[in-house]
Amino acid sequence: MQMTGAQIIIETLIEQGVDTVFGYPGGQVLNIYDELYKNSDRINHVLAAHEQGASHAADGYFRATGKTGVVIATSGPGATNLVTGIATAMLDSVPMVAITGNVPCDLIGRDSFQEIDITGITLPITKHNYFVNDVNQLAFTIREAFQIARSGRPGPVLIDVPKDVQVALAEFENEPIFEKFQNSIAPEEKIATAIEMINEAKRPYIYIGGGAIGADVQKGVEELAEKIDAVIGCSLMGLSAVPTDNPRFLGMQGMHGHYASSMAQNNADLILAIGVRFSDRATGNKKKYAKGSKIIQLDIDFAEINKNINVDVGIYGDINNAFYRIANAVEPKKHPEWQSFVKELIDREISNYIKSDKLTPKRTIDIINANVPDDTVIATDVGQHQMWTAQYANFKMPRKFVSSGGLGTMGFGLGAAIGAQIGSGCPTVLITGDGSFGMNLNELATAVSTNANVKIVLFNNGVLGMVRQWQTLFFKKHYSSTTLERKTDFVKLADAFGAKAYRAFTPDEFQKVFREAMSIDGPVLIDCAIDKDEFVLPMLPPGGSIDEMIEKIGGDSNE
Amino acid sequence: MNKFVIAVYVENKFGVLTRVTSMFTRRGFNISALTVGETESPEYSRITISMEGDGYARNQMINQLRKLYNVKKVELLEPDKSINRELMLIKVKNNPDTRQEILSAASIFRSNIIDYSPDALCIETTGEPSKIDAFIEIMKPFEIIEMCRTGIVALERGSGSILKK
Repeated sequence: MQMTGAQIIIETLIEQGVDTVFGYPGGQVLNIYDELYKNSDRINHVLAAHEQGASHAADGYFRATGKTGVVIATSGPGATNLVTGIATAMLDSVPMVAITGNVPCDLIGRDSFQEIDITGITLPITKHNYFVNDVNQLAFTIREAFQIARSGRPGPVLIDVPKDVQVALAEFENEPIFEKFQNSIAPEEKIATAIEMINEAKRPYIYIGGGAIGADVQKGVEELAEKIDAVIGCSLMGLSAVPTDNPRFLGMQGMHGHYASSMAQNNADLILAIGVRFSDRATGNKKKYAKGSKIIQLDIDFAEINKNINVDVGIYGDINNAFYRIANAVEPKKHPEWQSFVKELIDREISNYIKSDKLTPKRTIDIINANVPDDTVIATDVGQHQMWTAQYANFKMPRKFVSSGGLGTMGFGLGAAIGAQIGSGCPTVLITGDGSFGMNLNELATAVSTNANVKIVLFNNGVLGMVRQWQTLFFKKHYSSTTLERKTDFVKLADAFGAKAYRAFTPDEFQKVFREAMSIDGPVLIDCAIDKDEFVLPMLPPGGSIDEMIEKIGGDSNE
Repeated sequence: MNKFVIAVYVENKFGVLTRVTSMFTRRGFNISALTVGETESPEYSRITISMEGDGYARNQMINQLRKLYNVKKVELLEPDKSINRELMLIKVKNNPDTRQEILSAASIFRSNIIDYSPDALCIETTGEPSKIDAFIEIMKPFEIIEMCRTGIVALERGSGSILKK
């Protein structure tokens, strides 16, 4: 059947199972938007306030649903506004298909109005990208883009479609979705070595990252930990894979990880690492990282093996397959000495928490934990509030933590929370700070227009807390540009956008308004007064090792 | 620091060379030479990369190349199992006092004079990069006006084809 390029784009998206796209219209995507208008009963378009917000929404949509996110933007500034969102997706291995319009082919290269080389710009931040100059290639390109985005280690793919290609006619027939590329199967001898190492281990630690969720081995990890008497820790991206209340789960490790989780990892004699890339924020000084332990690394991406840390056994490809071959064959073990050692670490960690009747970050998150349903998605921006959330938020099921890990994108949260909420249909809580929120708060408009069920808990301390914390510790308290002399009234601001808003100064007030917020269908903002001298602890100094961990600052005054 | 040579088959598509070189910048690789040209198959171009670095850099380079979607084959060419050739054009000052010396050096290096003018000689020389290096050293005293090296092209010895491996 003959169709225009714009029709082919919409038909192929529907064929790929896409029900929701995020975006912003403009001159060079008018034809695509005309098709979205005609097909609004088959595909839902969410209009963001800014293309960056749309890109984060497509990202959050994947993180909460496991379905590839799709974002559409016009040429020029529309396309460049996607860049931060695409880079965020790349660094956290999020499958995303970004479709941009461009000026007609005969105007390319002439610095035409709103012309930009977006494939050139996004080359290093996409898994792959395309400039489509032939309408006959369009359907195949979109199908292949989805295949690449989803296969192996997922990532973003961008398709740039000039306006004349959107208008031109081509034959179109629906086709089955392209199968994912096959992942390689680990050779028997590597599996055997891994099994032997686990059998010999006395202090096993299972270390999971985002790749463990991608490989769907969460249940298996819990069972394996039980079988070999191991403890479980995770990277930031691995949060929510294992329920927080599993007694073997010690939480996130690394620069701001739980004391027990980081210490146990450092004292383990075996680390079974699944879908982690040993980022500098997770390892600290690589020369001193986990020196006494053997490391088995399972990753979907062969290029991750030995990239950041030299491992004893590196297994790549189909992680689900490799994991279960190992897990099914290892011998059941008991390691009482290891468990009592870990118990002491946990006790020490708990003793470091200081009781306070103020509205501390931990109190606030505890109240959130106690008042949300099990399927709630918790999203964050980037900074202190993100680390506190990573440390204290409870998760009952996977894909419930939405946060920018690798790129650390301030301004990610609101767009991502909206995308996650719309995609999953689950209640969503965005924990953010006044710094991050200030970056993309325009998406409040989107939250209101879509009536997204997003509760925004704003940790308002009037400072850029994380940078300020470093200035306190490493820059002699020179608070350069981190004290926000703003007079923003966030309650009035939310009200102006058409959202409900509350203010809380004490735990009791917060509990009351948070419960009220949860009972409302639609976006609500709660402005929480947080002390600017709250620190994220523990902390490994940048490039420092576990021996340099800062557990407390200034005696008892840290909470 | 070792020198090593990597052969890469890439799909003959728009912008593929940019993808490869962009990856070098993104990962901080320092390339000493890169050549690209047609192959026995019209679908593919062959890129030959020579690079200095340790084993870590070598493995990273190979892994990151393999991740690029348009890259079909990446092979490390072991020095003792492959043949390397490079071509150089070098232009040196031509004057009656040194002309004879230049011509005999060129002849010993089995190089050809490809352009002759009263003030300059242009010599074409081919061989292993080390031979080219040596020839440059010999030409230096005669005043090099300009020169241009192609970078290495290399094939495995024997009957094999890396594309079919």
